[in-house]
Amino acid sequence: MEKMPKWADVILIPIISIVLAAVISGLVLLATGHDPIRALGIMVSGAMGSSLGWGYTLYYATNFIFTGLAVSVAFHARMFNIGGEGQALLGGVGVAYACLFITWPHWTIALIAAIALSALFGAVWAAIPAFLQAKRGSHIVITTIMFNFIAYSLLNHLLVNVLKPAGSMEPATASFNASTHLPTFADMLGVFGIPFASDAPANFAFVIAIAACVFVWALIWKTRIGYQIRQFGEQESAARYAGVSATKIIMISMIISGALAGMMSVNNVMGEAERLVLNSSEGAGFIGIAVALMGRNHPVGVVLAAILFGFLYQGGTQLAIQAQIPKEMVIVIQALVILFTGALDHMVRAPLEKAFIAFRRTPSQTKGA
Amino acid sequence: MDIFSLFDISILGGTIRMATPLLLACLAGLFSERAGIFDIGLEGKMLVAAFLAGAVAATSGSAWLGLLAAIAGSLVLAFVHGLASITFRGNQLISGVAINFFASGITVVVAQSVFQQGARTPQLSGDARFDPIIWPGALTKIREIAQAGLPMKIYSQLISGHAIIVYLALLIVPLTWWVLYRTRFGLRLRAVGENPAAVDTAGISVVRLRYSAVLIAGVLCGIAGAYMSTALQAGFTKEMTAGRGYIALAALIFAKWRPWYALGATLLFGYLQALALRPDILEKAIGVKVQVQLLDALPYILTVVILAGFVGKAIPPKAGGEPYVKER
Repeated sequence: MEKMPKWADVILIPIISIVLAAVISGLVLLATGHDPIRALGIMVSGAMGSSLGWGYTLYYATNFIFTGLAVSVAFHARMFNIGGEGQALLGGVGVAYACLFITWPHWTIALIAAIALSALFGAVWAAIPAFLQAKRGSHIVITTIMFNFIAYSLLNHLLVNVLKPAGSMEPATASFNASTHLPTFADMLGVFGIPFASDAPANFAFVIAIAACVFVWALIWKTRIGYQIRQFGEQESAARYAGVSATKIIMISMIISGALAGMMSVNNVMGEAERLVLNSSEGAGFIGIAVALMGRNHPVGVVLAAILFGFLYQGGTQLAIQAQIPKEMVIVIQALVILFTGALDHMVRAPLEKAFIAFRRTPSQTKGA
Repeated sequence: MDIFSLFDISILGGTIRMATPLLLACLAGLFSERAGIFDIGLEGKMLVAAFLAGAVAATSGSAWLGLLAAIAGSLVLAFVHGLASITFRGNQLISGVAINFFASGITVVVAQSVFQQGARTPQLSGDARFDPIIWPGALTKIREIAQAGLPMKIYSQLISGHAIIVYLALLIVPLTWWVLYRTRFGLRLRAVGENPAAVDTAGISVVRLRYSAVLIAGVLCGIAGAYMSTALQAGFTKEMTAGRGYIALAALIFAKWRPWYALGATLLFGYLQALALRPDILEKAIGVKVQVQLLDALPYILTVVILAGFVGKAIPPKAGGEPYVKER
């Protein structure tokens, strides 16, 4: 007999984890002299109270869908890819190369080029640690973290010494030309006559993110390689006996993971900033870890968790503006979510399982008597 | 080209200072991993410790109180890691990652709301900082040192002139060796990282041993963090540990989980960091101007290179990362 119905595992446990994280975050706010209830009010109205707020929330969520999917695909092969941040930065370099030098006939063609290059750059940045893990046994967690630091320096070098327009002091590329601009939500919904805030950054990349979810779902649950990835992640030795090559699985899962993280830049670099700046990914690569854990490595869960974190991010920005609470508060919440959904899972789960077993036993006993 | 300038005494002195936090964090990781608990959270524990040391030293004016606060803060995070990975048998890597993010966020939030100085603590001076200890007869003036002979230079810049935590860290190396290889506790600690079931069968508590190891790691990370903000620098700045916890982990693998090797490995990484701070010397030595971004990335690139190529066969403790489930 299962200890707990599936809905409890999929819905109840993440909700309890979120509530625990929220309570502790509230205590942190209290301790630093802020009013948590007022903070929550600011977050809700700032992130969901207007189409502008939603435009930001969904824009951030788009970033987190990509990075959350990236972490999930690697997790299925039991690879812990902490390098999403660096892969996303490199993806941004790919987008910049696709958009800076060519005048495209239409944004759809520019989009295809940007997706291809950002995925390629992200994939390469993930493939190196993957190769070192598969062939040299270098711990993927440490190497991907090192690659984040290296990516920062590489991006810094490219922006300062290579891509910066002549005469500019700021370490950033020139603005991309108009042929690469993606339609925003206001443009897209305007076609159907639905009004939407025109300065909200949510854009067509959201559609790509949803498409990526479908792709990942099909890949993991409907293809042979997806089956092998899951098999390898469940029990490596059994998979090896079944003839699955460890090197192949590690490489493929990490390359897909890196490509997804890289594609995030279609949203933030191409869709929003329309140029490449330093630290363009703003920690979204790390948030992917929390999103994947909360979303239980399933695309549907990833989308929901990404929207939640989009809300936290946009709400957090409003907190910084309206209540002088540093936006790093979001990192604290993110850490607590990772802690409760990832590491302290058993602490949340065990009492719940007991409760369900006790609840089930009572009716059957009364029937027997 | 002047390859010998790579071994300039001032670079070597810098090596010792840069290696100290790495060494302490590496030994912290050594205790934890030898007992079978992965500790990705060295970075976060150091960061929280660095902040608390900076904050308490700034408000109380005593570096020693700062050190105590640092150790206490680091111990709290170590306890959470123990709770997650020992008591609730969670994923140790994820727990460590959570601790790192928590530290990264909470230090900024608290620093900003207490000191309002852009996520830093006030500049430390006087007793709020661990000042260099000048050994008897050592020279301190730059001009005198420049004119002195090599033995005097070594004495003045390498042996003398470090904060007390540097000497403490160096003493902890033989202490760690002695504890691990010459005491009953150390024997059991190593056994619990290799075969916890055997330790359990012998009637010794796996849980208690692992908690002790994790808490020892907490104390050492606390000292490492305090060194960062009250000795190496004069105050806490945002993200000041800058990946040192991860570099310490790489050094731990390079050292094959052995205390004396850990000293060697962290001195090597410390040397790279010291060199990265002196582009002028590097330029003189190899005759080519090196991009500052490359220098920034150098310690991380070399960490990857060393992990990939030169570790040889590094066999981690066998039960590392595996939660222990007592048979029922």
